[in-house]
Amino acid sequence: MLEWKWAYSLEILPRLLSAAVNTLIAAGIGYLIALVVGLVFALLQRTGVRPVTFIVREIVEFIRSTPLVVQIFFVFYVGPQFGIRLSPWASGMIAIGLHYASYLSEVYRAGLDNVPKGQWEACKALNLNPVKTYFRIIIPQAIPPSLPAMGNYLISIFKDTPMLSVIGVAELVHTATTIGTETYRYVEPYTLVGLIFLAISLPAAFGLRRFEAWVARYFGMTK
Amino acid sequence: MNEPDFPIKLESGAPMVRFAKVRKSYGELTVLDDLDFDVQKNEIVSIIGPSGSGKTTVLRMLMTLEQIDHGVIYVDGEPLTHMGKNGKLVRANNRYVRSMRSKIGMVFQHFNLFPHMTALQNCMEAPVQVLGMSKQEASDRSEELLQMVGLEDKIHQHPARLSGGQQQRVAIARALAMRPEILLFDEVTSALDPEVIGEVLGVIRQLAAEHNLTMIMVTHQMGFAREISDRVCFFYDGKIEEQGSPTKLFDNPENERTRQFLSAVLDAG
Repeated sequence: MLEWKWAYSLEILPRLLSAAVNTLIAAGIGYLIALVVGLVFALLQRTGVRPVTFIVREIVEFIRSTPLVVQIFFVFYVGPQFGIRLSPWASGMIAIGLHYASYLSEVYRAGLDNVPKGQWEACKALNLNPVKTYFRIIIPQAIPPSLPAMGNYLISIFKDTPMLSVIGVAELVHTATTIGTETYRYVEPYTLVGLIFLAISLPAAFGLRRFEAWVARYFGMTK
Repeated sequence: MNEPDFPIKLESGAPMVRFAKVRKSYGELTVLDDLDFDVQKNEIVSIIGPSGSGKTTVLRMLMTLEQIDHGVIYVDGEPLTHMGKNGKLVRANNRYVRSMRSKIGMVFQHFNLFPHMTALQNCMEAPVQVLGMSKQEASDRSEELLQMVGLEDKIHQHPARLSGGQQQRVAIARALAMRPEILLFDEVTSALDPEVIGEVLGVIRQLAAEHNLTMIMVTHQMGFAREISDRVCFFYDGKIEEQGSPTKLFDNPENERTRQFLSAVLDAG
């Protein structure tokens, strides 16, 4: 018979909330890595240097075609075979960061491709160098239309953080499992974990929509 | 490269722009066919002709937006598409092109303003980022230029909030902010609603009268070309079929094709 114990729930809540902070930190760091590395992936694919384009393209395809959990295991357990010994946190951040970087690079790529040719020509006519052309003119125009996709990946990465539990990162699910094994009660910890995820995801999604609208207004993109 | 045909540097008194045997094709299609074309300093030249005659290509090559297949383009006596290296003319590298490009500015058919920047920021961008001008100075100068094109009340607006005519005037101010010696106008009124064409032409007219600029424009506005140009060139099939003063070309065209073209566009207009 399923039974919900309120007292027990309240007792474990603080532990879960502090684990939720870890989850948020993991998602945040992972996303920052993904944002930066994803842009690097996207830009490298546009260098026009054939071997570079080819190698980066293959890396992105490889990462996108293999499961995140395998990548997390790989970095953590196979890395030491090559003398790369990383903490669970570092391994997890690298794996999840690179995984989402490969997805975000595709988002950037679409965004960059959609900037009209005339913008490049205007930059050339004004003699802006390639770096300034990208960072001051092209990327700022590529980002706002990409924001919805970028926002979805932020929520996605947040929901994928439980995979880090497989290498022992003390995020929400890992903490709930630990509590469960200590007390032999799983209903409350896992239910609470679900509710905590929901309590963060829903307002975050709402906030992202507001942010997109604000960016569109701020950059004067809307008529 | 055949050296006698293409010197590393033109003698003094050379034209501001010289196309020497410039050829350009896209696959099978020859757009420019051994074009020889000179523009003198401070001259205002209009290029007219049917679409596909290579008019716009001339401007795009001069702005280095497109590479040429053969021949050399000179600007102010120096090669633009090539550079001297060990006494020989070789393809210009990026650095050299960048140094030469600063003499030339361009206004586009579709304005190509930066949509994430205000009118003022559009004008300030290149002076600050390319010429290294201080923000204050660039802002003051840009404001002056925007005032000159009649947009002093729109300086803080983004392009999306401006009409086509206003956007094109910002684009002219933006090009001028780089103090080019040669200004190229590529069908700058073609994308505009008829009622705002006049305001853009007015700005160009004012530029022609008050500034020492070499101007080359590709246009379909025959009346305007006639009024403003020192010389009009009729392009046909990648070549200059006929050229001369506006009076000569519009009133007494010698060439049959010129006559046909003019009667077609003037009837339509």
